[in-house]
Amino acid sequence: MTHTLKTWQKPSITPHQLGTLNKFGRPVGGDYVEKIDGVAVDDLLRDYGSPLFVLSEKRLRDNIRQLKRAFESRYQPVIHAWSYKTNYLNAVCATLHQEGSWAEVVSAFEYEKARALGVPASRILFNGPHKKRAILERCVKEGARIHIDNLDELYLLDAIARELDIFTSVTIRLNFETGYTEAWSRFGFNLESGAAFDAAIRIGNSSHLKLRGLHSHVGTFILDTRAYQVEVEKLCDFMELIEQQAHALIDSLDIGGGFASQNAVQGLYLPTEQVVPTMSQYADAICSTLITKTAQREAQGKPRLTLILESGRAVVDDAEVLISSVVGSKRLPDGRASYIMDAGVNLLFTAFWYNHKVKPTRSLQGIAEETVLYGPLCMNIDIVRQSISLPPLSVGDSLVISPVGAYNNTQWLQFIEYRPAIVMVHENGEVSVIRRAENLADINSFESLPDHLNGQFNFSE
Amino acid sequence: MNTQHHPEHPLDSFLAVYSDSLKRLALNDSGFVFDPMSGQSFTVNPCGLELLKLMQKQADVTLIEQQILQEFAVSADVLERNFLEFSEQLRRYLK
Ligand SMILES: Cc1ncc(COP(=O)(O)O)c(C=O)c1O
Repeated sequence: MTHTLKTWQKPSITPHQLGTLNKFGRPVGGDYVEKIDGVAVDDLLRDYGSPLFVLSEKRLRDNIRQLKRAFESRYQPVIHAWSYKTNYLNAVCATLHQEGSWAEVVSAFEYEKARALGVPASRILFNGPHKKRAILERCVKEGARIHIDNLDELYLLDAIARELDIFTSVTIRLNFETGYTEAWSRFGFNLESGAAFDAAIRIGNSSHLKLRGLHSHVGTFILDTRAYQVEVEKLCDFMELIEQQAHALIDSLDIGGGFASQNAVQGLYLPTEQVVPTMSQYADAICSTLITKTAQREAQGKPRLTLILESGRAVVDDAEVLISSVVGSKRLPDGRASYIMDAGVNLLFTAFWYNHKVKPTRSLQGIAEETVLYGPLCMNIDIVRQSISLPPLSVGDSLVISPVGAYNNTQWLQFIEYRPAIVMVHENGEVSVIRRAENLADINSFESLPDHLNGQFNFSE
Repeated sequence: MNTQHHPEHPLDSFLAVYSDSLKRLALNDSGFVFDPMSGQSFTVNPCGLELLKLMQKQADVTLIEQQILQEFAVSADVLERNFLEFSEQLRRYLK
């Protein structure tokens, strides 16, 4: 029998909502992502497997250039320091260092990673609450800029600088109320309580430490630019105070990170484009306040302050996607469609607070309906999307999840699954593996088995 | 044509129980489905519509599947899997 067979699509029936047309009954088949920076998703999956993280070098460079332009057109000099914890893949860091970004690290590991990549210590800002003597000694010898978090660290650093007899410029981290953000009061010295002032005086009395920088990081995913205005005002007021009373001459104000990315925070119902300020709006708020607050200081002939930014997620988030494939489907008892994906919260830590965009990689036929996307873990919390409108999917269908560039490749878990490969699409369209997929030998290489536990397993017949 | 009954087919019991409910459904070719018992209306996609029409005509799962396999580019495995899931949806909606 020879006749052409009709195309099959998974049968599905969707009830109409009472009164209105089904809110999910809108065909979305046209909305799909076939290529990433010109490279076919199918080719990527064939060559590198699923799931797969894909980074766009072009997008990353565009983002950092846009940030620099927004700020430098309003104020100079500006330094962007790349917040390693946001994404410390070497290829990401190297791209940003090529664009002129310094390194902002928060642990000995991150410091070593930046140094191993070839970043000079003088271009590293060392933040964070945990710095042991050995790494502090190394930083002092190599000349990194240490951001002091607490009094114990201050005394230890002072002792080290004296022992090594090295004059060391330092920054202190401050925390305070902005009125627009939750105070991150566990990091740095509190302004309102006077702890910050005491620390500045203490450094002023040190023979080897010089207080040159003030730093604060007022939060993350900050949607109200007024938070930054208050931050800059408070930093400037404090600077004036300590320059008068604590023999300090400040060379830089580091306002931390916190600019939001185009990602949908759970519980926030307005479209992201409506709530996330543009880079120009952030830059306006920050630079205009800074210029006003430092005009008098400049008139006195003091050196112009360097503005340091540590923006993380806004730079890298939308430069990376995760491609994941459907491995199974299930109708939930309440009628919703659900799918099991080969990537879950093990790879997508940010699924706990974002509703990521999820797009099919081909035009899907059928009526979109309310759908839950589960990951592969044997855990209830492993949900990629709690509720999303998708047409019926089949096993093997792939989905592009975005944006995923911030915090996923650093906070991911090696829990019951291997972590997959990460590739970068370069500006010329070439693709390279920037982190290969894990295998059993990798994981086992950390372990050793005591001799008497090797074999002789005693299974009953 | 093989008309032998396969008693182990998981959809047999579904069709046995739901054949009356299925028969009363009003279908039109654009995929609009109306259940006069509950007053509920639905949208069904083209392949779902095909299955509904076949199920209204007969309660023999094997025959329905053979009909589909002759007309559509789908493997027997995928069809059975999809058919099962479709029946799960119908079970819930046709209560
Ligand atoms: C000190 C510091 N700088 C920069 C960042 C980067 O923040 P974001 O990704 O919100 O820009 C963080 C994040 O927690 C931080 O703690």
